[in-house]
Amino acid sequence: MALLQISEPGQSPDPHQRRIAVGIDLGTTHSLVASVRNGVAECLPDTSGRVLLPSVVRYTGEGSGRTIGYDALSGEAADPANTIASVKRLMGRVRADVHNVDNLPYRVVDTAGMASVDTRAGEKSPVEISAEILATLRFRAEDSFDDDLFGAVITVPAYFDDAQRQATKDAAQLAGINVLRLINEPTAAAIAYGLDQHSEGLFAVYDLGGGTFDISILRLTEGVFEVLATGGDSALGGDDYDRALAHIALTQGLGAQAPTPEALSAEDKASLYAAARRCKEALSGDAVQSATLACPLEVGDLHIEITREAFAAATSALTQRTVQAVRRALRDAELENDGIEGVVMVGGSTRMPVVRDAVAKLFGKAPLTNLNPDEVVALGAAIQANQLAGNHSGDALLLLDVIPLSLGIETMGGLVERIVPRNSTIPTARAQDFTTFKDGQTALALHVVQGERDLVADCRSLARFELRGIPPMAAGVARIRVSFTVDADGMLQVDAVETGSGVKAHIDVKPSYGLSDDQIADMLRDSYATAEQDIQARAVVEARVDAQRMVLATQSALDADGDLLSSADRAHIDALMVQLKGVEHSNDAAYIEAQTKALADATEPFAAARMNRGITQALAGKNLNAV
Amino acid sequence: MTAEAPISLQANDFQLFDIPEQFKVDSALISQRWKALQAQTHPDNFVAADAATKRLAMQWSVRVNEAYQRLRLPISRGAYLSELRGAPINAEDNTAMPAAFLMQQMAWREALDDAQGDLSELEDLADQTRTLKGEWLSIAEQAFDRDGDTAVAVGAIRALMFIERFSKDVNQQIDALTDATNP
Repeated sequence: MALLQISEPGQSPDPHQRRIAVGIDLGTTHSLVASVRNGVAECLPDTSGRVLLPSVVRYTGEGSGRTIGYDALSGEAADPANTIASVKRLMGRVRADVHNVDNLPYRVVDTAGMASVDTRAGEKSPVEISAEILATLRFRAEDSFDDDLFGAVITVPAYFDDAQRQATKDAAQLAGINVLRLINEPTAAAIAYGLDQHSEGLFAVYDLGGGTFDISILRLTEGVFEVLATGGDSALGGDDYDRALAHIALTQGLGAQAPTPEALSAEDKASLYAAARRCKEALSGDAVQSATLACPLEVGDLHIEITREAFAAATSALTQRTVQAVRRALRDAELENDGIEGVVMVGGSTRMPVVRDAVAKLFGKAPLTNLNPDEVVALGAAIQANQLAGNHSGDALLLLDVIPLSLGIETMGGLVERIVPRNSTIPTARAQDFTTFKDGQTALALHVVQGERDLVADCRSLARFELRGIPPMAAGVARIRVSFTVDADGMLQVDAVETGSGVKAHIDVKPSYGLSDDQIADMLRDSYATAEQDIQARAVVEARVDAQRMVLATQSALDADGDLLSSADRAHIDALMVQLKGVEHSNDAAYIEAQTKALADATEPFAAARMNRGITQALAGKNLNAV
Repeated sequence: MTAEAPISLQANDFQLFDIPEQFKVDSALISQRWKALQAQTHPDNFVAADAATKRLAMQWSVRVNEAYQRLRLPISRGAYLSELRGAPINAEDNTAMPAAFLMQQMAWREALDDAQGDLSELEDLADQTRTLKGEWLSIAEQAFDRDGDTAVAVGAIRALMFIERFSKDVNQQIDALTDATNP
């Protein structure tokens, strides 16, 4: 029997108003879902009590067609070509950009917009594969609470670019998850850590996962998490340590004639990397000086001892790459090493002593490892999700995050003009004026790029669009203002306008790598996660949810600042609210939407007045305690 | 509708942060005001709100960040203040500087070329630029806040821009060298 729920003092009093919000860490090696229950963030286990879900999907060709997590992992050695691990490395990437692509046990092909995996079930995009993992976590959460999910905060590496973030959002949409916010993994870790320890001061978060490395420098003051600088490498992680170890193991075990790991069959590759990973984990144990690496291979069985020193030597170049990224982030933050209060270690790969030693040496102090490095990101995301969903009623926490990479426009000669510099606090908007190159030029091709290099060829191309209909003028006379807007998820929009004539163009940056809305709709139709739901029924449900949300938002605004309204305005809004509540149970989606919009339009000036009041109070210092 | 607060998105940075419109600022106060304003306007506070409120929050939050970026650093603050006082810097179009200043710049550039790979010489140059930067900052403050001499102030901001660019080049070489020697 289901137990009745009683809310915690200080929590939302009405259990029906409590929204189920979770944090999801969609990792390269494994993924987790966490939620705040009874005021404490905790990871949600599966029915067998395990919190980690291996980020592995295997297309079996039987039954439901695929297995996910531990079931998929157990089939990896036997069926490597159809078992997709580390799919995060493919997100928002074309084949040529995927690090070590020829070394993967499955076949990566180029499809429209993004790389895909060629499986026995057909070509599967990384977005679809990630959606399977996300949907599994969504069901786990919904089963845990026996309720629908209101929304999720999903974490991404701080160093993910626009295309990779968009792909992550697309995957969540495909899994039927309402994304409350994408937040950066190190920032999430800082939230979990900072709130746990009640820390203040400067912190570095060193996050080495299975496939990505991030470094963030943050300042923590009274519930404000201010990211000063971030950096990293979106193609460097524990998997690379496994490969480096596999390489020396082959040479050491089979002698000079040993093939490179790349030359092995897919089955051999999979078992060798799995053996290397086990050996690496054994070497991470306390006081372990050497470990056995054993695995049967078609080219000859391996059975050798690997010492800590040999492992350190084989992987020191990888560790050094992280150290250089840390140095750059410290320079960007304009700090010296000694100003750092603590270094938080995140990600399973920070269990390696070689990594801990390098970090301790760099910062001159032992890193903090008291929170489980596998769970800390999901826990921080859960805390943020709980707050964004409006469940939290204690002291607010405020996240001031930055964009990881500079954004710019291609100019003549293939050069990049930077418009938003890296480490700008988001949300942000920047504009710059450009002009025409030729007399009578009536169109302008705009190429949006991301990266730190001066040449377009060395940066990542995000989108191309055109501004047409510029009135013919002499070269250099037109004034084209290009505006970049980056929202709180770190996603970019670009607008261009010729200021004399007012000709405009606008683009949400996603077509280069992300999916079109049509593609998403097609996939949704095919997706098992939503197969039972008729599209029509879904539209009605969404309209109702929006209407309810609008009524709740308006009511809480009226409760807080109703005195800002004249009695006539108040009466008008009250009437529209009654009307909207009246149609909430209608089955006509368009009608519900129209009523919702009427209330939204009527409350727009009220929203502006409320914002002004908040700002005035902030300046008067009245709300400083809430900061 | 009773308009309680006259603050609008069009208010200038100093008005928005409610600080005196002058070159010298209290950095701690600016940072505190920034956080207080973001605590009110940040989109994270409006995830469950209606679309109009979300849009408004985004606009305000962006505006607050823009003002903070400009007020925080002396060069951008000085350039902005010059513009408010009717004397825009026009850094691209107008590079006229006193001859003595330009001579010193050239001497520095030569010293930088000569110091290739020599860390102590580079650090010596970095120290010199820091000292000069401090001198020009006092000149700017005197001109903006006490003498009300915008022309002198504009010259000082331009000098600071030159110095900033040079010190960036010096620091880049120091970084390259430290990365190479601490692999």
